[in-house]
Amino acid sequence: MNTHAKPSKLIKGATGDFEVVIGMEIHAQVTSRSKLFSGASTVFGNEPNANVSLVDAAMPGMLPVINEECVAQAIRTGLGLEAQINLRSVFDRKNYFYPDLPQGYQISQYKSPIVGEGVVIVDVSPTEQIEVGIERLHLEQDAGKSLHDQSATESFVDLNRSGVALMEIVSKPDMRSSDEARAYVTKLRTILRYIGSCDGNMEQGSLRADVNVSVRRPGEPLGTRCEIKNVNSIRFIAQAIEVEARRQIGIIEDGGKIDQETRLFDPVRGETRSMRSKEEAHDYRYFPDPDLLPLEFDQDYVDALKAELPELPDAKKARFIKDYGLPAYDAGVLVADKETADYYEAAVKFGGASRDAKLVANWISGDVAAYANTQGLSVAQTHIRPGQIAGIVDLIADGTISGKIAKDVLAIIIAEDKDRVSGSLSAIEGSDTAAMSGSVSDPRAIVEARGMKQVTDTGAIAAAVDAIIAANPDKVAQAQAKPSMLGWFVGQVMKETGGKANPQAVNELLKSKLGI
Amino acid sequence: MSVDQATVRRIAHLARIKVSDEDVPHLQEELNAILNFVEELASVDVDGVEPMTSVMPMPMKKRRDEVTEGSIAKDIVANAPASEDHFFVVPKVVE
Repeated sequence: MNTHAKPSKLIKGATGDFEVVIGMEIHAQVTSRSKLFSGASTVFGNEPNANVSLVDAAMPGMLPVINEECVAQAIRTGLGLEAQINLRSVFDRKNYFYPDLPQGYQISQYKSPIVGEGVVIVDVSPTEQIEVGIERLHLEQDAGKSLHDQSATESFVDLNRSGVALMEIVSKPDMRSSDEARAYVTKLRTILRYIGSCDGNMEQGSLRADVNVSVRRPGEPLGTRCEIKNVNSIRFIAQAIEVEARRQIGIIEDGGKIDQETRLFDPVRGETRSMRSKEEAHDYRYFPDPDLLPLEFDQDYVDALKAELPELPDAKKARFIKDYGLPAYDAGVLVADKETADYYEAAVKFGGASRDAKLVANWISGDVAAYANTQGLSVAQTHIRPGQIAGIVDLIADGTISGKIAKDVLAIIIAEDKDRVSGSLSAIEGSDTAAMSGSVSDPRAIVEARGMKQVTDTGAIAAAVDAIIAANPDKVAQAQAKPSMLGWFVGQVMKETGGKANPQAVNELLKSKLGI
Repeated sequence: MSVDQATVRRIAHLARIKVSDEDVPHLQEELNAILNFVEELASVDVDGVEPMTSVMPMPMKKRRDEVTEGSIAKDIVANAPASEDHFFVVPKVVE
């Protein structure tokens, strides 16, 4: 745990500084075809109660049988969190009453979870990295869904989600600001997506967070915490922490004390409020589920799963830094999304050639990402193929076009390929054919066909330079007195040559001819 | 171990069982009788003995990740006191 308060993270109150301490419980829906203890489907958005077996509806006499894939997913995730895998764990019943919980208890893991302590390395900013400890990860059942807006006096209950496997991932109270919390959830989601154990889709509720927030004056012991339940977007997590910390600081500064309680974040009103109804139900009376034997497997099983894990974000980032000479920040941005990282590698290695890996990174994290954002897509989902980016970078490298013209080439690709390339080509990892296939335009062909080639022929550039100098004797005098006027001449020459002159050649010629 | 009347009321509430005031004393007696009976087990020395989870020494059965059930929404809500469009309908519960 971070023991020393970092001054930059402190919140100013009226009577001094406060430190906010944050821990999180993330509920991540396990990616599997069927539920944790039944053979009903987990597909989102089906008709009400269509994904419900007699086990999920808690019909008398039905017995749970565990889904081996959910167990494997929990182990893979534990490995991705550098965590201890417990070869023996136990399922318990967590008892409470709610209409969307037909059993009257949730099957969960209390004293003996499947995964123990681990750690996640989190990049908070280009210059700041923190470690967030993982306390545990356990498997449990999700509850059903209640709809309250269908009728004034009734609630409608759909049990499709009831019994779907969740991983509850509990962090240690290692975060000290909403930025750190935001970065932690983002990183955790990246890891889950790399592993394929949770799709991380917060809109559909595949990833939900309970956020524990307390405040203290620096150096004091931990304050009383409040738990903000079920926050369902990364932006709301950050907002909820900010307003809750402010609320607690206000109470303390007014001489009050914090009640430990469960609260709900209301994004519309920008406040948290007490969920008193949850309080008295807090006695869950856990006991081992007599319907289930302990969950046991051997180390060989864990090792086999480990051997099949894909390269995880931290390892990929380290490799990008080492193999491609990328700065840590650039590498971190690229690996945050696995498809983007694959896209990048496909572009760097396209055609078996070697090219400026940093320049490729700049194009993908810059222009391509900017375009993807405007379309609400990820980089890999756009119609721009990695081979086209490789082509553009090669054209810049061999002096055929300038960086400025290259942007025009990309604009042409964006505008003209859009309708020809249907949907996304997901197979970026495969062959070069997939990286630049069929109907996409070749940047080199675009440049040839439209005469966008950079003029490196010094004779042609010199003619343009001479013409400009001859036509503007007053500016020449000014430039000789004030060399920063050179920019004006460069601009004129570029205009004269339709932007195709090599800027470096223009600069050099102008300097020598103007004698500056 | 024994329970007082407040505890009886509390567990009744947690179990969503309605208990009238006149029922509390005899429920308290019954619960305490059960607890006293079970208390005898406390005299057995179980130091170093693993809790037994099954009389059969067998590993937990596992299922393959396949969809083998479902699409019986009509049957699922068949016994519900109220249902609509295959939803269960219950008195309004709002946080």
